[in-house]
Formats: sequence, C-alpha cells, structure tokens
Amino acid sequence: MEICAKSTDRNLLLEISGELDHHGSREAIREVEQEIDAALPRKLVLDMSGVTFMDSSGIALLLRVQRRMENLEGSMLVCHVPPQARRVLDAAGISRLILIRQEEKA
Amino acid sequence: MKATNYISVEFPSRSANEGFARAAVACFASQMDPTLNELEDIKTAVSEAVTNAIVHAYPNSLGKVRLKVRICDGNVLEITVRDHGRGIPDIEKARQPMFTTGGEERSGMGFTIMESFMDQLTVKSVLNRGTTVIMRRKLSPRAKPQK
Repeated sequence: MEICAKSTDRNLLLEISGELDHHGSREAIREVEQEIDAALPRKLVLDMSGVTFMDSSGIALLLRVQRRMENLEGSMLVCHVPPQARRVLDAAGISRLILIRQEEKA
Repeated sequence: MKATNYISVEFPSRSANEGFARAAVACFASQMDPTLNELEDIKTAVSEAVTNAIVHAYPNSLGKVRLKVRICDGNVLEITVRDHGRGIPDIEKARQPMFTTGGEERSGMGFTIMESFMDQLTVKSVLNRGTTVIMRRKLSPRAKPQK
C-alpha cells in the first residue's frame, strides 16, 4: 500500500496503489487522513489506477474519507477505478453514494 | 458433491494472511482454467470470508482459520472458511447490507459481495463455537484450443 500526494491551491490529489484489503486499508486510512488534515482541501481526488486488489475494506475507506471531506465542506472524486475494484463498488451499490469518474485525468 | 481435488490450509487470524489466502485459492483454482474475471471474483469473495474470521471471530485474540478449497464435479469450485471464534448471534442480520459490528473500519458489505460474486453462500454459526462459510461458484467451460 502506497499513497502519493500532490497538493495545489487546496486541491489534493492522492494516488493510491497496492492492495486495499483489511490489512492494507488500515494503513491507507491513516495516511489519507493525515494528508487531508495537512492540506485541508476543498477538492479531493483519489486516483485508484494503482490499486491491484480491493474488497469491502476499500468501501469503508472511501465512505469514511467522503464523510471527512463533507465535514470540511469539501468534495471528493474517485477516478481511474480498475475493473476488479469497480465490480466491488457496483455489487455494493456504492456508485450511488460517491462520485466516481473513469475518464477524468486528475 | 464429489471432489476431484482439494487443498486444506490452516493459518492464524493475522491480517497479513488475507493476501495469502486469496493467492492460495487463486493458485489452486488456476488448474480449472478460469477467466480473469472469475479468478478476481473468487479472490474477492475469499478475502471477505477470511477477513470476517479475522475481524469478527477473534476480535481480541489470535485463533485458527481453516481454508478448504475443493474442485467438484461440474466445474464447481467450493470454498470453505471455518473458524472456532465467538460465532454470529444473528446470521440473517449479519447478512444484511451495511450491517456491521466492526466500527468505521468495516463497511458491512462483506456478505453482500460474497453473495454477488459467488453462486451459492451458506453460513453456519454456533455462539462461542465458531462459524463456517461455504461458497460455491460454477466456472464457465472454456473452449479447448484447436490442434
């Protein structure tokens, strides 16, 4: 699990890579929240293109980060979701709760 | 259901073993020549079942998780995940989407994903004795390469 952060003008881009299972997402939640607390972004973009595996632990992470952004009165966009992770999000019906864009270049 | 081949693995309920369990099942199932999508679906379902055992069966201790995978007649893969943990008080409730006792780290979507990615899901549980999750998935027959 690795997170690369790029921040400009209260826009924060986080590139997540590795396996977002229960083991990996605990560390990812910590790191993502640290980056959000440091940047206090208005807009957060999570680039998932490097995620090699995701299960429902990744859903918990996305919902938690979304709540954090709502508390900051900011927005969250998830982009470049690989097919396996996309099927997990679709099976859980999460695509209705969070903004997901496949084509957006962050 | 008659099995033509099987593996049985036991490991302690450490979260580092979630990735191992997925890889072990994928590696064993590869002899059935599954499609990439089938393999990913199976890995996801295994991850959910094993994570449940690690997080919920043994919340404050380490216990044993037993993973059994069988190749059955009719190109069916059967996966059994068994623990000897605290058990599920209300299985029907536990299987409902978004229900979790695992706090903010969990989404409550584990059983929903297992149901969605596998053809059949059976959950048996006895309080303070443990839980057994059995999942079955029929793999699509692949065309034999022409000689």
